[in-house]
Amino acid sequence: MPVVDVKTDIDALTLTIVADFAAPVERVWQIYADPRQLERVWGPPQYPATFVDHELSPGGRMNYYMTSPEGEKFCGYWRITEVSEPDFFAFADGFADEQFNPNTDLPESQNVYSFAPHQGGTRATFVATYPSAEGLQQVLDMGMIEGATAAIGQIDELLAA
Amino acid sequence: MTESDEDQADALFHALADRTRRDILRRVLAGEHSISALAASYEMSFAAVQKHVAVLERAGLLTKRRQGREALASGDVQMLRSAGRLLAELEEVWRGRISRIDDLLNQLKE
Repeated sequence: MPVVDVKTDIDALTLTIVADFAAPVERVWQIYADPRQLERVWGPPQYPATFVDHELSPGGRMNYYMTSPEGEKFCGYWRITEVSEPDFFAFADGFADEQFNPNTDLPESQNVYSFAPHQGGTRATFVATYPSAEGLQQVLDMGMIEGATAAIGQIDELLAA
Repeated sequence: MTESDEDQADALFHALADRTRRDILRRVLAGEHSISALAASYEMSFAAVQKHVAVLERAGLLTKRRQGREALASGDVQMLRSAGRLLAELEEVWRGRISRIDDLLNQLKE
């Protein structure tokens, strides 16, 4: 299992995951630089991701949607804020409507992905920070979740009813 | 995450990985139910339903209290909504992504 460390900070609503990959930093970076590779890793198999716009540069936008098993589309975007190839990039991750206009009712998460050489491979550190528990709930409800999550969404609907 | 957080996440995902348990949870989140009333809703034995309830209870998703001869179960909304639970779920998402990255890198090498 390439995951070497997981830290959750419940107060700061931050998740930090460290993973080691048996490939050079440039190779790992390539996954994020190539939309066809990125969509193979971003969404779970039941919710495949499709990146329709992909610009990994400061101020650039990535627009993507995920398709649920029922064929429903969930749209999101990355607003790239910083890029230092191949060491790290930072972006805001948010929700969008079908035309990829940001949904400003929902908060963005702030993300930093960094990559460093480590024992002949790459140590990747993924940090995601959410502004509120509600924001995090929305992320999870959007279908980024494997297995149990669909059930949680149904439970929330029931609670909201 | 600490070992006990990991154990809690395991219990949570195990509890929610079963259709009947999710259905039981939906019912008890909507209001308190006696175990016998729950058992009457499913085509399985009382003991089997009791086992499902116990799994949900261990995961902290459901609490039980006694009233006379009846055991009453209700869902724990706080647990379900807690930030810890949300982050545990997000961690699962990330573990999935990381294993897909690993698979992809291994394919590229071949």
